[in-house]
Amino acid sequence: MDKEQKRLEQKKDALRKRAKIIQAIRDFFVENDYLEIETPYIIPAPAPEAYIETVRAGNSYLHPSPELCMKRILAAGYKKIFQICKCFRAKERGGLHLPEFTMLEWYSVNTDYMDLMEDCENLVSSVSKKINGRLFVPYRNRLIDLTPPWERLTVRDAFSLFASIDPETAIRQDCFDEIMSFKIEQHLGIKKPTFLYDYPSSCASLARIKSTDQTVAERCELFISGIEISNGFSELTDPQEQETRFRQETKKMQGLGISPYPTPKNFLSALKHMPKAAGMALGIDRLVMILTDKDRIDDIVAFTPESL
Amino acid sequence: MYTASDLRKGLKIQIDNEPYIIIDFQFSKPGKGQSLYRCKLKNMISGIIFDRTYRSGDTFQPAAIEERKMQYLYSQNDQACFMDTENYEQVFLTDEQLGDAKNFLIDNLDVSILFFDDKPIGITLPNFVDMEVIKGDPWAKGDSVTGDTKPVTVESGYELRVPPFVEKGDRITIDTRTGQYVTRVKG
Repeated sequence: MDKEQKRLEQKKDALRKRAKIIQAIRDFFVENDYLEIETPYIIPAPAPEAYIETVRAGNSYLHPSPELCMKRILAAGYKKIFQICKCFRAKERGGLHLPEFTMLEWYSVNTDYMDLMEDCENLVSSVSKKINGRLFVPYRNRLIDLTPPWERLTVRDAFSLFASIDPETAIRQDCFDEIMSFKIEQHLGIKKPTFLYDYPSSCASLARIKSTDQTVAERCELFISGIEISNGFSELTDPQEQETRFRQETKKMQGLGISPYPTPKNFLSALKHMPKAAGMALGIDRLVMILTDKDRIDDIVAFTPESL
Repeated sequence: MYTASDLRKGLKIQIDNEPYIIIDFQFSKPGKGQSLYRCKLKNMISGIIFDRTYRSGDTFQPAAIEERKMQYLYSQNDQACFMDTENYEQVFLTDEQLGDAKNFLIDNLDVSILFFDDKPIGITLPNFVDMEVIKGDPWAKGDSVTGDTKPVTVESGYELRVPPFVEKGDRITIDTRTGQYVTRVKG
């Protein structure tokens, strides 16, 4: 057996389980009356996000997420939709990152980010039961209890608990991301999965601002064993506000020397028809890592960029 | 010029005019946040190790490190002398710069000498060297069938533990990365 055959042979169990997990995810959404849809990978105008570097495809781009097209479908009157697709983000590579990864996104109308947290609890616990037959997952020598409800912690509380600083000060001192990455994330989702929610409004370019607290956006992230699994929010449905935020983000990109994208005009004009809705993006590769007890993303895909 | 996304284990970069090698590396990116590149850096001259986090957009100069094939000649006054076999140029490394490598220097050994800004700063040895045992107790038969080891001294003065059948005058192969005995050389 040569090296390549051996490498792929060793992954057989993980890849089998991966296929079952994806099937179980699909079953969950179909059983809950979501329509599976597909949107193009090649798009002319991604959402401007300063910290997501896109991959060029001729004069277009490989989508960094299917978000804009999926929201256009919601705006046309679809109530519950989901998609499992590849997403592309240049230069993201590490133990938890691949520049081409598999994303699950789901959206439903008349819901908000609190509903998304419940969706996550139901989805992940149902998948785990189907795959492992139970709600306790061994991961890296610890047992994680997936029985809902899971822990919920505001970003403000997490900063005060683990870093003794408030998020506004961290943003002012330009160390929000460092504190999140190196001081907070490792403590989240250890005994049970944890939702971090109510992010500073500047950290969410497509999320709705909370009506009872203008300083935060209705955004949440799921962590299991210190690993970020999903990110979702109550959708911003005000086209003017969205355009303003796109402009601010584009300015930030230009400041970083990134050439701006064309404005996603069709998305902005669809937004005026969009009802109240919420949507979540979940990294399937990372969920597979948790459910197969692997500590590198490399272990649960057949090929990494380096093995091509 | 390197950018942050070039950072990886083993890369040599220059900071404040000193060469550093990345000995550990971790990529992270909090949701919707910036890419962060956490590096453990080792100063290639002083050996000092520290952690530093970089962001995308940070840039680096490659360390002006050059490796040259040289031969070990002799040691004197806490220094070892090496010669470039092509131009016969000689350079010296101190015992401190040599570290554990000085245990494995034998005459005419081919090594790689690291230069930074044309100054010698370190050495890379072959993974395995053969050395002669110059001191060691003889093998008393029946002494050990249990896999015990005994101490011997090799020609550089380095002491290590070997299987009991190795005797004074034998040549043995040593792994220079671990300092451990590998095998007895036949003949």
